[in-house]
Amino acid sequence: MQRRLTGSANDPRIKARYRGERRFKAYTVTALFVAFAIIVAFFTDIISQGYSAFYRTEINVTLDYNERAERIGRFALAEDMREIVSRGAVRSIPLDIRNNPELAGTTRQEWVPTYSRVDQYFKGNEELPPEMAAQVEELKEAGVIRTTFNWAFFTSGDSKLPELAGIFSAMVGSIFVLFVTLIFAFPIGVMSAIYLEEFAPDNKLTQLIEVNINNLAAVPSIIFGLLGLAVFINTFGAPRSSAVVGGLTLGLMTLPIIIISTRAALRAVPDPIRLGAFAMGCSRWQVVRDHVLPLSLPGILTGTIIGLAQAMGETAPLIIVGMIAYIPEAPGSIFESATVLPAQIFTWASEPRKAFVEKTAAGIIVLLAVLLTLNAAAVFLRRKFERRW
Amino acid sequence: METEVKTKTTTGAHTMAQNLDGSPTMAEQKQPEVKMSASQLNLWYGDTQALYDINLDMYSKEVTALIGPSGCGKSTFLRCLNRMNDLIPQVRLQGDVTLDGEDIYDHSVDVVQLRTFIGMVFQKPNPFPKSIYENIAYAPRLHGTGTSRSELDDLVESSLKRAGLWNEVADRLDTPGTELSGGQQQRLCIARAIAVNPEVILMDEPASALDPLATATVEALIHELKDNYTIVIVTHNLQQAARVAGYTAFFHMGKVVEFNDTDTLFTNPKEQRTEDYITGRFG
Repeated sequence: MQRRLTGSANDPRIKARYRGERRFKAYTVTALFVAFAIIVAFFTDIISQGYSAFYRTEINVTLDYNERAERIGRFALAEDMREIVSRGAVRSIPLDIRNNPELAGTTRQEWVPTYSRVDQYFKGNEELPPEMAAQVEELKEAGVIRTTFNWAFFTSGDSKLPELAGIFSAMVGSIFVLFVTLIFAFPIGVMSAIYLEEFAPDNKLTQLIEVNINNLAAVPSIIFGLLGLAVFINTFGAPRSSAVVGGLTLGLMTLPIIIISTRAALRAVPDPIRLGAFAMGCSRWQVVRDHVLPLSLPGILTGTIIGLAQAMGETAPLIIVGMIAYIPEAPGSIFESATVLPAQIFTWASEPRKAFVEKTAAGIIVLLAVLLTLNAAAVFLRRKFERRW
Repeated sequence: METEVKTKTTTGAHTMAQNLDGSPTMAEQKQPEVKMSASQLNLWYGDTQALYDINLDMYSKEVTALIGPSGCGKSTFLRCLNRMNDLIPQVRLQGDVTLDGEDIYDHSVDVVQLRTFIGMVFQKPNPFPKSIYENIAYAPRLHGTGTSRSELDDLVESSLKRAGLWNEVADRLDTPGTELSGGQQQRLCIARAIAVNPEVILMDEPASALDPLATATVEALIHELKDNYTIVIVTHNLQQAARVAGYTAFFHMGKVVEFNDTDTLFTNPKEQRTEDYITGRFG
């Protein structure tokens, strides 16, 4: 029997086809591999640089609340310790004594953070002068130097002393900013989308609005910063650097994203559902409230979360409205000066001191973790509540 | 124009007496009552005219079938009867449509109210993605016709019974309506329409998405519903029109070519085009 289906191995056209197919597959696999390798390299680099910021070196010292320490905290330390202990650790001693006079004249043993260069020395990031290195090695041998989890990184704000710098104030700032963004952009965005999708007549005006909303989503974010500066600060006199200005500015930026994703979610609701409801004697609002919104809510929330995640990582417009400031104390309200996570990372990245390198990387890790969590929440919402029909 | 409509009505009555399966009530030669009526109805989609001078009466507690080739305007006409065309922005309409003599396009008419009198069932079953119970209880609750739980329970049960679905779903009213089979979904949609207690039910090719068995069930249901409701049904299926409808209107190119009781229209059409269509020469 003649076999017609197996294709002759010698047929040049068939061989060329197989070759072409293999080559094309190789290109796609290579592209994927390159993309994956870049991501792995990025994460490895960031994590290897940043993980050391999550622990810190502490030293057990004797604090002597003597008379000189009542004026300058450093004098509470033995002379050979003054270079090794963080200046920030003893800065508050005069105040402590004033608030609690019973402390005067007493001594006590305490674990305090070391000077950042000592910390960096033990992390292997920085060299110390030889005699100082010998001294800290000796102290380590004696067991008075330990490494612990760096809670201060999460509980304190920015500091000029890297061993004390943390992301707390930037986190609070980010939360305030996102809160303002959400309160501003979510209702306006969703309402606009509902009007455009469910109520508006299809005419030149609505088409013009639609085109402009799509264009707004493509406007570079720094332009929104300028708009925020001109409108919220210069015209309305909102306090500069505050979360309310930053939040409103990011709200302007997030608005088109929310409108577009909400419209997409509304459009995904099949028309027969609407027609069915209209035929039952539903008014337009009842159709939207009882049928369209419940079905599109997961999509709307997903779009909103993704919009917020994007706003959270945004820096440029916030620089324009002054949110790049040095903020050691977490803001108490949305009207106080604040900074946000990416701006904090930016500030640290521009620091020349070695110890800030790990802070920068650690800040990026925290920001990425928050963004991944937000995106995971969006995916979860979509998976869990998406209904089929 | 008025007289023309009236003439048509009497013709309908006259022929009906001869043709309706010899059922005893028909022997009384009762004058059929006009439930809905369209007169000189013209409709445009933008610049394209879709309906031309439609004059058509739909009799109370009868099934009126609208047949004709695709694009002939029968579905468009059906949607004029409960003003679903209002939802399409470019539609322009001229002429009158009345329900019990009341103009449904009058400015004072509340469309939402109107649609509680005139229910509609669509080509593709479109149950809400809610439970079977909610599908039916939704509209009565919305319109305030059923408020207490027990009232709604009764209404759900009676509607499902009338739609012939009760025995199949009684023990799973909480499952989503979308999980039923196609035929069951369509009967759920009919039950949903009945629950509002309409006087007229419009059906837009209600069986065209169903298999033959489910189609037979739905047709049998339409036959039963006729006793209580005025039904207008658009269908592509001529046999279906012949089986379920007492009256049939043949639409072609946006005009009513012929309207008569079903038997006469199918056995003794007056117009050549009707004959060509029902004998399968076009369409």
